[in-house]
Amino acid sequence: MLAFLVQRISQALLVMFVISVIAFAIQDGLGDPLQQMVGMSVSQDEREAIREDMGLNDSLVVQYFRFAANAAQGDLGTSYFYGKPTLDVILEHLPATLELVIGASLIILVFSVPIGVYAAIRPQAWLSKFFMGISTVGISIPVFLTAIVLIQLFSIGVAVNPFPQDAGWGRWLNGALSTEGGLPSYGRGDELTPLFGTWNSGFFSHDGILHLILPSVSLASIMLPLFIRLIRAEMMEVLQSDYIRYARAKGLGAGRVNFLHALKNTMLPVITVGGVQIGIMVAYTILTETVFQWPGVGLMFLEAITRSDIPLIVAYLMVVGLIFVITNTLVDLLYGLVNPTVKLTGKKA
Amino acid sequence: MKKLLTAVMGSMVMAAAPMAMSAEPTKELKMAYDADPVTLDIHEQLSGGMLQLSHMAFDPLLRWTKDLGFEPRLAESWERVDDTTMRFRLREGVVFHSGNELTAEDVRFTFERLKQSQDFKAIFKPFSGINVIDDYTFELVTSEPYPLLLNTATYIFPLDSEFYSGKTDDGADKSAISKHGSSFASGNISGTGPYSVTRRQQGVRVEFERFDDYWDTGSPGNVGKIVLTPIKENNTRVSALLSGGVDFIAPVPPTDLERIKRDENTQLVTMSGTRIILFHLNQDRVEAFKNPKVREAFAYAINQEGIAAKIMKGFATPASQMSPAGYQGYNESLSLRFDVARAQQLMKEAGYEDGFTITMMAPNNRYVNDDKIAQAVAAMLARINIKVDLKTLPKAQYWPEFDDRAADMMMIGWHADTEDSANFFEFLTFCPDADSGSGQYNAGNYCNPEIDALVNRANVETDVEKRTAMLREVEQRLYDDVAFIPLHWQDLAWASKNNVKIEPILNVMNFPYLGDLVVE
Repeated sequence: MLAFLVQRISQALLVMFVISVIAFAIQDGLGDPLQQMVGMSVSQDEREAIREDMGLNDSLVVQYFRFAANAAQGDLGTSYFYGKPTLDVILEHLPATLELVIGASLIILVFSVPIGVYAAIRPQAWLSKFFMGISTVGISIPVFLTAIVLIQLFSIGVAVNPFPQDAGWGRWLNGALSTEGGLPSYGRGDELTPLFGTWNSGFFSHDGILHLILPSVSLASIMLPLFIRLIRAEMMEVLQSDYIRYARAKGLGAGRVNFLHALKNTMLPVITVGGVQIGIMVAYTILTETVFQWPGVGLMFLEAITRSDIPLIVAYLMVVGLIFVITNTLVDLLYGLVNPTVKLTGKKA
Repeated sequence: MKKLLTAVMGSMVMAAAPMAMSAEPTKELKMAYDADPVTLDIHEQLSGGMLQLSHMAFDPLLRWTKDLGFEPRLAESWERVDDTTMRFRLREGVVFHSGNELTAEDVRFTFERLKQSQDFKAIFKPFSGINVIDDYTFELVTSEPYPLLLNTATYIFPLDSEFYSGKTDDGADKSAISKHGSSFASGNISGTGPYSVTRRQQGVRVEFERFDDYWDTGSPGNVGKIVLTPIKENNTRVSALLSGGVDFIAPVPPTDLERIKRDENTQLVTMSGTRIILFHLNQDRVEAFKNPKVREAFAYAINQEGIAAKIMKGFATPASQMSPAGYQGYNESLSLRFDVARAQQLMKEAGYEDGFTITMMAPNNRYVNDDKIAQAVAAMLARINIKVDLKTLPKAQYWPEFDDRAADMMMIGWHADTEDSANFFEFLTFCPDADSGSGQYNAGNYCNPEIDALVNRANVETDVEKRTAMLREVEQRLYDDVAFIPLHWQDLAWASKNNVKIEPILNVMNFPYLGDLVVE
């Protein structure tokens, strides 16, 4: 266990080192941060002075060593735009993103397992086919399109009347096809509950939950179909295996066979993929956060790029690298719990 | 006594804004711009966003009216003492958010800080000093007669000198202006304006509250609280308005103008703007551009009206010059050129009938539809056999390329900080000179010392009529010379719910006077 953790920590450090080098190497291609910091009419001399003052005139190697020396002491630099240490900026924005990911994960969890299992047990049922059809569509629609459609339907509202409004049935059909709107379409709302540190949560107020609905659904829309398909496929495979057939032959109840023996083994690969996907989801939030003006790290990162806020870009990439390593580590630990035959250090038993 | 004074002041403003008696400011306004203020230090950066903040939390000495005239604010009156001196009388009884009272010393403090500011010092360069006569009288002195003295004075938003002086707990100077990293002024604010900043989370929201002791008691404004949320994504900003999440948005993207007009709960206000979008033809890079006939052919090949109608969806005013209507240099006799046959003829006369290949660069996220405009221009040039190798870049990468003059044709948009024609010429058509910094954005390397001299003479001409004639002549000569290819002035658009009466508070400078906003 200890060896495993040591190995992972050194991996994390290596990942962060590599990311920082790459991020530093490409910074020239990201544009000139000064353009965002001074007005158009500021003279070249003034610009040069600011550049010198900020240390931008030093060679990349010198800049990198200065950065690395500070980073070794936990200081990842100061954001040009926010004027604050980059880690503080990221920590301020991280809770919003994590809540979005939690919201989406809850939706995925609640819907994917029952639907996936149902589709595996009754692959021929029309409802299964319907779900599979929907999930194919869901996987192929880009998340920002989903988001825009959701905003139009549930935030602005759509009023259609293709049917005669004067007939009772026409009114009813028009009403059924129109939507009211009214759900918040941007931001996290006004009623956030402070939890600890920089974490203000939207999960504890009506307003906060309302604000979470559309972004979470959009974010989930891309992952949910994937999970339904994954669970279905894994479950079908498990259902073919010898021990299930044996259990059935032994006369165990269908519920026990399906949900205790089969589902448990189905979840193994799902946990692995799920963990990795949650890591990816943190990155996927960039699109969702942009459309919903969700003040999380994704939006922050995107804006940092448009502003060439290089210290913030570097720090963000390093933090995301760290998150990936951590989620992978947690997944491996969890895997070990679910399946005790797996050895953590990865050595062949 | 104070009551009487208030009544007098009130009646003065009432004259300007009829039937406006201030109601109790109780309304709440939620608004969304495409960005929030970068900092709370209004001298840190000269940008539209910072000026918008300045007009909320501070008041200028005088401000622009809708028709580009001046309206007294903190300065009650002004008079010219001599060619280089203007005397201002300051309004009495004005207090800052901190409770300190405004005096001429605050103006001196502000003026001196502006001279230090990297972004503002260029604008205040013609000023040699400030004389404080007494608590409520001061003089601004320029080194030469300066016709734009009042224009520049609209940039003086007096700061609370007591509040911004001294040392912080860390021993840092409170008046310091810091371009990067934080300073006292970038996080603390005290002005005389209608709103004080009560809460701010950068990039997420800023909350303003009506200042109880605001001096302008005649202002009709009845908004007690403003919540500003930056929403960068155009679609989301419009959706936020249509769904009722916010009351007021700006800017409105051209693609959504119809959507807002159609919606019965929202209203749209548009205005022809003052930001000119143009292309430079780089004569240093392309030998053919030295030939005026070729430049003229390019000008004739481009259909400004087509771009304004098709790409900008009518959301732009086609331009034949840089000065928009209302500016002194605006010359109404200059007409749009578009005539392809003429363009082809000119190319033939210049000996370039078969055309040539050029490179073109444009930003793709700086101006409205900038990349599409560039594509259209490239397509139009194909008709005179010019093959264009076009590259569009995000603004962060575009400006370094621009500084390097990396392409034969480069796009730029320019808004004159002084709201005056000369500013266009100084930056965009003056002979480029790295030492003096003139022609800093002249990516055409067009150089005509005679025109520059004429502009310089206009810059010390205080007789408005003479100056107007000079600047018009400049536009005429630049037009005849085809010093650049003008495209259009980008229009401005705002939208709000019907009960938010934005029309009276908007202006072409794009700093809404939110202090006077009435919400029904």
